Amino acid sequence: MKRQKSGMMRMERNWGLLFALPAILGLMIFTIGPITASFVFSLTDWTIGGQMTFIGLDNYRTILTEDSTFSQSMFVTTYYALGSVPLGLAAAFIIALLLNQKVKGLSVFRTVYYLPTIVPSIANTMLWLWMFNPDFGLLNSLLESVGLPGSKWIYDESTAIPSLIMMSTWGIGNTVIIFLAGLQSVPTHLYEAAEVDGGNRWHKFFHITIPSMTPTIFFNLVMSLISTFQAFNQAYVMTKGGPNNSTLFYVFYLWRTAFTETKIGYASALAWILFFVIMVLTVLIFSTSKKWVHYEGGERS
Amino acid sequence: MNQVASSVNDSTTPKHPPPQPERSRSPATAPRAKPLKISRVLLYVVLIMGSILMLLPFVWLIRSSLMGTSQIFVFPPEWIPSPFQWSNYPEALTSVPFGRYFMNTFMIEVCVLAGVMLTSIVSAFTFARLRWPGRNLIFSLLIGSMMLPYAVTLIPTFVMWRELGGLNTFLPLIVPAWFGGGAFNIFLLRQFMLTIPRDLDEAAYMDGGTPLTVLWRVIIPLSSPALIVIGIFTFIDVWNDFLGPIIYLSDEKHFTLALGLATFRGLNNTNWPYLMAASSTILAPIVLIFFIGQRYFIEGITLTGIKG
Repeated sequence: MKRQKSGMMRMERNWGLLFALPAILGLMIFTIGPITASFVFSLTDWTIGGQMTFIGLDNYRTILTEDSTFSQSMFVTTYYALGSVPLGLAAAFIIALLLNQKVKGLSVFRTVYYLPTIVPSIANTMLWLWMFNPDFGLLNSLLESVGLPGSKWIYDESTAIPSLIMMSTWGIGNTVIIFLAGLQSVPTHLYEAAEVDGGNRWHKFFHITIPSMTPTIFFNLVMSLISTFQAFNQAYVMTKGGPNNSTLFYVFYLWRTAFTETKIGYASALAWILFFVIMVLTVLIFSTSKKWVHYEGGERS
Repeated sequence: MNQVASSVNDSTTPKHPPPQPERSRSPATAPRAKPLKISRVLLYVVLIMGSILMLLPFVWLIRSSLMGTSQIFVFPPEWIPSPFQWSNYPEALTSVPFGRYFMNTFMIEVCVLAGVMLTSIVSAFTFARLRWPGRNLIFSLLIGSMMLPYAVTLIPTFVMWRELGGLNTFLPLIVPAWFGGGAFNIFLLRQFMLTIPRDLDEAAYMDGGTPLTVLWRVIIPLSSPALIVIGIFTFIDVWNDFLGPIIYLSDEKHFTLALGLATFRGLNNTNWPYLMAASSTILAPIVLIFFIGQRYFIEGITLTGIKG
């Protein structure tokens, strides 16, 4: 019996490693290798076509003490994330609640709300570039038709980031889908129990729906934070970081440093700082999550 | 506020039809029938208004694709093209070799989908079901890699492909899919597989089966909703990928559809109607696929035991 069990374990281990092989190799070739290389690059002054000299932490020192563009891009990115993450999560949650109803034409509604997510990003950004146009754009013409003054949208320093936040809220389809999946897996028996206890819809919402959804909210919070800190397309296609660096997203600054100024070493250091910031934020959220995220059935392995 | 409240109530009703008739029979709930109806009307109003908001840019896209260049820039904007320039479509699609771009994109799609399906299934299975030394460490690293800004790995990966001579081939776009199929897909599939009862595995092992038997006979058939989800996600990602092709492909005969779109955007003169017509055409297959597959989207993503 004992021999049989250890044979079983050996078989499981062998197959397990075999099946894990592609993922392990992928992790080494496409993640760990490049990260290590990137770190090594960040300690050099390598520019494309130039010599590579080891300069230690000089890049990091320059970035943190002298580079005002760095602090500007960090500010822009934080501002954008603080606006778009809560707004996006709230909007996605409400839309998911609405789309979780038994209504006629549900699949049509679900498709419509997901549509903005699947537009090719280049078409999407160009569409918005156009809608934001102060002279012949859709938004100003709508405002005008109800007698409101127009805005300069992304063409003015003060309204550029709010405009992009608005645009980002429009493309929350993936978050909606994940919330919707979460709503569908709220255990029905909990609602039934609440009904037996005479709970009304508010009770059910605050005592069952919200707590049951906290793992999903947590997941979406982490994911959208990570992705907003990496915003790039809008700056690349729409604003080029302007006007006056007001939309200079961090990754856009990084990209510009690497591929326009060809300062690979410096750009790699910028990438590592972003990595560090995202990691700290994620760890912070994870450490608070014990207080507000509820798992039905406790731990899972 | 109101619609949130009503939606909570409604969201529970489709899930357990049995209590429903009982409730409507009970006199206590009878007076609630009327306000419920109002909230339903409100629900439709909100849903439809939201849909209009979501669709507005698309209507704008379609109407612009059917206009002449001059009519697009009229202010205040006109919503109905006059005349309808249907010729924009054939002209836009023949002015650039879209047939070739389509074949390129299609080839990448097939190779990537095959790789993602095959390797993400076995990876998710081994993380969800099999025990081997170092499993938790590797899984944590994998999940951690999702939080890694792509900017960090972008430059070294490019340098690697340049050294290997992979620039201007489809290899940089296809090969990574064969090495695990992406952390997100593995994670999603694993979460789904964790919900499949273990008794089924045990039964297969009792009959002398190997993990391969369990995977083939138990896990794959039961995971089909999740597999459809990652299939559709992957398809859309590849279809829309802009960054990958623009970094690795410089020869026009290797261009993909997404890059083809960008060729309409000249340095000084963008042909807006052509751009809009081509965009609508490229968008159509995805909308269709999503419309057909959306049922599986919702069922397939079951993220209840999420814990990093």
